[in-house]
Amino acid sequence: MLNFSKINVAIIYFLFLFIAFFSALNFQNTKDPLIDKKVNLGLDLQGGSYLLLEINSDPLVKEKIQSKVITLKKLLKENKLDYSNFIIGETSLSFTLNNPDKFELLFFSKKDNLLNPYINNYNSHELDLEITDQNIKIFFSKFGLLTINNSALKQSIEIVRRRIDDVGTKEPTILQRGEKRILVELPGLKDPERIKKLLGKTAQLNFRLVSDNDEFGVDKLISENGENLNISKRIIMSGENLIDAQPNFNSQSNEPTVSFTLDRLGAQKFGRATTDNVGKRLAIVLDGKIISAPSINEPITGGSGIISGNFSFQEATDLSLLLRSGALPTPLNVVEERTVGPDLGEDSIKSGITSLIVGFILVILFMLYKYKIFGLIANITLIANLVMLVGVLTILEATLTLPGIAGIILTVGMAVDANVLIFERIKEELKTEKSIVHAFHIGYSKAKITVLDANITTLIAAVILFAFGSGPVKGFAITLGIGILTTLFSAYFLARHLTSVIVLNKKEGQVNL
Amino acid sequence: MKRNINFSSKFKIANIISLFCFVISVLFILFKGLNYGIDFKGGTLIELRADSKNVNISEIRSSLNSLNLGDVNVKEFGKEGDYLIKIEQKTENNNELIPNIKKNLTEKLNAEVNFRRVENVGPKVSSELLQSGIIAITLSLAAMLFYIWIRFEWQFSLGSIIAIFHDVTITVGIFSILSLEVNLSIIAAVLTIVGYSMNDTVVIYDRIRENLGKYTRLKISETADLSINETLSRTIITSVTTLLALVSIFVLGGEILKGFSFAMILGVIIGTYSSIFVAAPVLKFFKVNYKTLEKEEEKIVP
Repeated sequence: MLNFSKINVAIIYFLFLFIAFFSALNFQNTKDPLIDKKVNLGLDLQGGSYLLLEINSDPLVKEKIQSKVITLKKLLKENKLDYSNFIIGETSLSFTLNNPDKFELLFFSKKDNLLNPYINNYNSHELDLEITDQNIKIFFSKFGLLTINNSALKQSIEIVRRRIDDVGTKEPTILQRGEKRILVELPGLKDPERIKKLLGKTAQLNFRLVSDNDEFGVDKLISENGENLNISKRIIMSGENLIDAQPNFNSQSNEPTVSFTLDRLGAQKFGRATTDNVGKRLAIVLDGKIISAPSINEPITGGSGIISGNFSFQEATDLSLLLRSGALPTPLNVVEERTVGPDLGEDSIKSGITSLIVGFILVILFMLYKYKIFGLIANITLIANLVMLVGVLTILEATLTLPGIAGIILTVGMAVDANVLIFERIKEELKTEKSIVHAFHIGYSKAKITVLDANITTLIAAVILFAFGSGPVKGFAITLGIGILTTLFSAYFLARHLTSVIVLNKKEGQVNL
Repeated sequence: MKRNINFSSKFKIANIISLFCFVISVLFILFKGLNYGIDFKGGTLIELRADSKNVNISEIRSSLNSLNLGDVNVKEFGKEGDYLIKIEQKTENNNELIPNIKKNLTEKLNAEVNFRRVENVGPKVSSELLQSGIIAITLSLAAMLFYIWIRFEWQFSLGSIIAIFHDVTITVGIFSILSLEVNLSIIAAVLTIVGYSMNDTVVIYDRIRENLGKYTRLKISETADLSINETLSRTIITSVTTLLALVSIFVLGGEILKGFSFAMILGVIIGTYSSIFVAAPVLKFFKVNYKTLEKEEEKIVP
């Protein structure tokens, strides 16, 4: 076990130097893309926000099922099916029919089915029905719901991305998590509340006329001045037709406003509506709340307009950002948030590094005291181990978190175990074995299995932790796991070679463990 | 240094102590329960730093109570002027909560407050986190059992699993007794303890197995004694270096790592104890001898 061929030695040290080179990269500042690799600092160390958003597709399902009403009634009428007891529910439509069988046939037809399109991907219809006697209940099938959910999620991710990019944070991460969630990581963010506010708004903008009477088809809303207004349910134009929105100042009152530009279709709709309704009031409704309800003084046909509504400039900026990025299909809830301020991150780095250095020095002194010259080998190995650990983290561009630093410190404490196991074994062999070289040889071979056994168990724990842990804890699993691998390498190759150099160069009787 | 400590004569008393601690821990976990942090219970945590030294904790409390947030817990945290606020929250996230608290505190305390850390976990996510934590621990135990089952005879697997259960239960029990907060990092600590305790046990078991084959005439308790003595200096040295590293994190690593490093320190001490006084006696209980190894070999080689 102490004989190394020249090639082996070359490979071992080349590998070590190669990995060590990467750990050195963390201390330089080139922009060369080839070697511009660094260990990333986790949000808990550099400061920033982690947000887990969840879409709620229930309102969307309600909206979609209601949008089926007209098509359904048309279908029933065309086929001369007399229905009664038509009820529009939250997630279903139900009615009574004399001959449900005929309806079922129409309902599941695969050709030109406007009411219930066939989804090829899933081999399933969008809707499903339940017939009890003559009562029919229509609702979304499992795959119909899935389609609604998936498209809402994809669209939400896109809009979240646009809004975050618009705010201009550096290197945001936006990922899908499961079927209903979006993970957002915003490193170095100064004002997480603003982002949360921006993401918390669906920003569905509608232009609707103010109605004089409170007959059917109006929403009773309160205006920005506290007036009770009846707002017609009919939407003249919605935010979808907006192509741009910018914060601005009113030239007379100097109040912050939002000016918007419409696409061609929007301009047409808006022009027609404002021409027909001069003198009436037009309500600008955002997420069910009136922003303002100005009177239409003259037709607006130019395809652009101004929204005023007692904004602060920040509010006007945010509103135009929301309008530019488009509406979320459904509200987003923040179900998990973790924000660390930059100063706490700095403190964490400091205390992490301090405890690493102190722990490291304590272990080194202890090993020197216990094993003298071989303690020195163990310590050199330990330093090499640390350098390689950082190197591998750099190669993987892994994220270092505060628990990750704890993992490194723990590796320092546990890494000597491999060397201790080996040295202790050699000590025992030295009692019975005359030849020192032979004792070292046997010691290394016998300790090998134990060292492997002992490290594999910790590695198992690290792998499971990596699979199940989240955020900072994952960082701990990464450093612990990689630490075990570098420990095995450094104990079994580096330390063994260094030991062999000393043992083979000393004369019998001079080696003292 | 030649050690020859008669460990096996102390197995009985050690087992009584272990059993006692184990039962006490289980009783505490069952009846007193654990002090779950917001990771597992849901709620909001705010670490704040006030720039004025005149701020005192009762002012913060009264200011928060005026907001009617329900169960609010405020305590000093680390340095002077640093406080930790925990708010139990039953509903899903309220986007206005944090800005409201900040506004309220700034006005009432008449000082600039800096929210150094804000964590908010909704009830749904917290129950998922707890669930995945439990799955992770169960899975790691199963994986260890599997590994040991392949590597050793069944008596050994059982012994190491009993030792791990002993370590994890007593560590968690101490958290329950002292009402220390259990959060995600404690799960990480428990998993690492599982790995460490296993590591320690495996080293001794490896040696026992080797010695069983070498000294066939010794009784199991004698073999165990011999093996524990032979590996004792390794056991102690590794525990000492690991503890040195952990104590360094505990003292210098800042408030966030305190709970984690404390759990690990407990785990390493208990794990070292258990590999000597729990894992080895199990082998004695099953009357393991060199024939046990032979039988296994016969089974494997048809």
